[in-house]
Amino acid sequence: MDLFAIAFYVFAILIIGSAALMVFSKNIVHSAFALMFTLAGLAIFYALLYAGFVAVTQLLVYVGGILVLILFGVMLTTRGYFEKVRTRTVNLIPATLFTAIIGLMLILVFVTTDWTLMPLEEGEVTMTGLGELLLTDFMLPFQVAGVLLLLAIIGAVLMAARTRPPQQTPNPQQTSPTEKQQD
Amino acid sequence: MQQFLESFLPAGPLVVFVFSIIPLMIILVYALFAIWLERKVAGHMQDRLGPMRTGWHGWAQTIADLLKMIQKEDIVPAKADRFLFKLAPFIAFAASYGAFVAIPLSSGYIGSMIDVGVFYIVAITSLLSVSIIMAGWASNNKWSLLGAMRTAAQTVSYEVPTVVTILSVIIVTGTLNLMEVTEMQTGNAFLGFLPSWLIFHSPFMVIAFGLFFIATLAEAHRVPFDLPESESELVGGYQTEYSGMRWGLFMLTEYADMLLLSLVGVTLFFGGWNSPFGSFMEGPLWGAFWMLLKGMILVFVMMWLRWTLPRLRVDQLMNLCWKYLIPLSFVNLVLIALWEMIF
Repeated sequence: MDLFAIAFYVFAILIIGSAALMVFSKNIVHSAFALMFTLAGLAIFYALLYAGFVAVTQLLVYVGGILVLILFGVMLTTRGYFEKVRTRTVNLIPATLFTAIIGLMLILVFVTTDWTLMPLEEGEVTMTGLGELLLTDFMLPFQVAGVLLLLAIIGAVLMAARTRPPQQTPNPQQTSPTEKQQD
Repeated sequence: MQQFLESFLPAGPLVVFVFSIIPLMIILVYALFAIWLERKVAGHMQDRLGPMRTGWHGWAQTIADLLKMIQKEDIVPAKADRFLFKLAPFIAFAASYGAFVAIPLSSGYIGSMIDVGVFYIVAITSLLSVSIIMAGWASNNKWSLLGAMRTAAQTVSYEVPTVVTILSVIIVTGTLNLMEVTEMQTGNAFLGFLPSWLIFHSPFMVIAFGLFFIATLAEAHRVPFDLPESESELVGGYQTEYSGMRWGLFMLTEYADMLLLSLVGVTLFFGGWNSPFGSFMEGPLWGAFWMLLKGMILVFVMMWLRWTLPRLRVDQLMNLCWKYLIPLSFVNLVLIALWEMIF
């Protein structure tokens, strides 16, 4: 067993273990931190496959961005700071049914597909090449994704700004009663 | 560097091990020095002497503190989340140590010549905010949690101007690999005597450096942006419940982070390991000297600012970032791109 295989299996165990912890944990903050290990482990997988850019993007977007926002959201929206962040199990029967069906389908696909192993070689994908591809062959998807993100930002700002009352009083501390009246 | 190590060490894992702990040794020695320096700078700025008792002008004060800290009891609060509480300082330090991989400490040493370089540094340091949230939440203390929340908001916001200013440098260099960025700045070309560092490249680069430095101050949670641990309102922020060596690890992380961000700034704007006198005092060892000297100068400026400026309020902090730094950095990005197109 070479170093690559050892690394692969160690991090595979880490990913599956933390994913299981994420699903089965009753504490939602524990789930969020377990999710961090899953996402970071996936980044290591990309790095093992010489996809450095994808690995770093995974780390930046999912761990640095989305996970922080999830944690932020969880901590801000729960009423009690510490005790009440618990998850409940709902819709037990339909959920079991659907996951069983999806799991069976995935296993079926895995068994029936004829997997071919590509020899791994140090990639020729450089940042320059990637940038050129993004601005030539994949220009339209790139721009569409940018417009989509811009729309999402504007939408988020709109949703956040709608609940705020018009600023009439100069003292920001006195705006909270007027906020309640508007609601 | 790796070949040099292989010449006197048995090949294999040992070489890789020695190769990879070189930055750690630098960080540890630097932290001992920087903590002493911080206290001396603070002392002299406030017209007092700072530590004086341990050794000549108190040079061994940090070593004495370290010995004391190692002997302290490792306290975990009864209601804390034990596992996450114990894990958080390690992730914090791993995040800032991991970033040293992509920094060229001299012309002969860089941890890894990865193509994504500075992008990787930005990504891996974002783990730091996760670990601070982890520490704050696991402490089960309102001050800690408030500190952690502030950190999350602060880091997510200030990442934007940092990344945009880095991007404006990348437009000029055309590569993300910091080793190649440094090699580009070799020589004394500007006006015949100025070193060809990127800060002299165009007037907008000076603005870019200013924005970058302010944003990194906030990323490193230094005064005037040290809201996560503002001791007058939050006791100690996310590290309130920590004691002994775990607290020491957070402290080490803070100082390592200062060095890291200073070194990134030095590499992007001040020629990295290049000597300011052209080919005078050049070579791998001198390179490491120049790199660390320039880094220490920026670290000193950070300490200097700490005892000069008052701390910002939370709303002022957010205003500064979203209303001034981000628009300015985007305008600056466009201007630098235009400068590159025209000249």
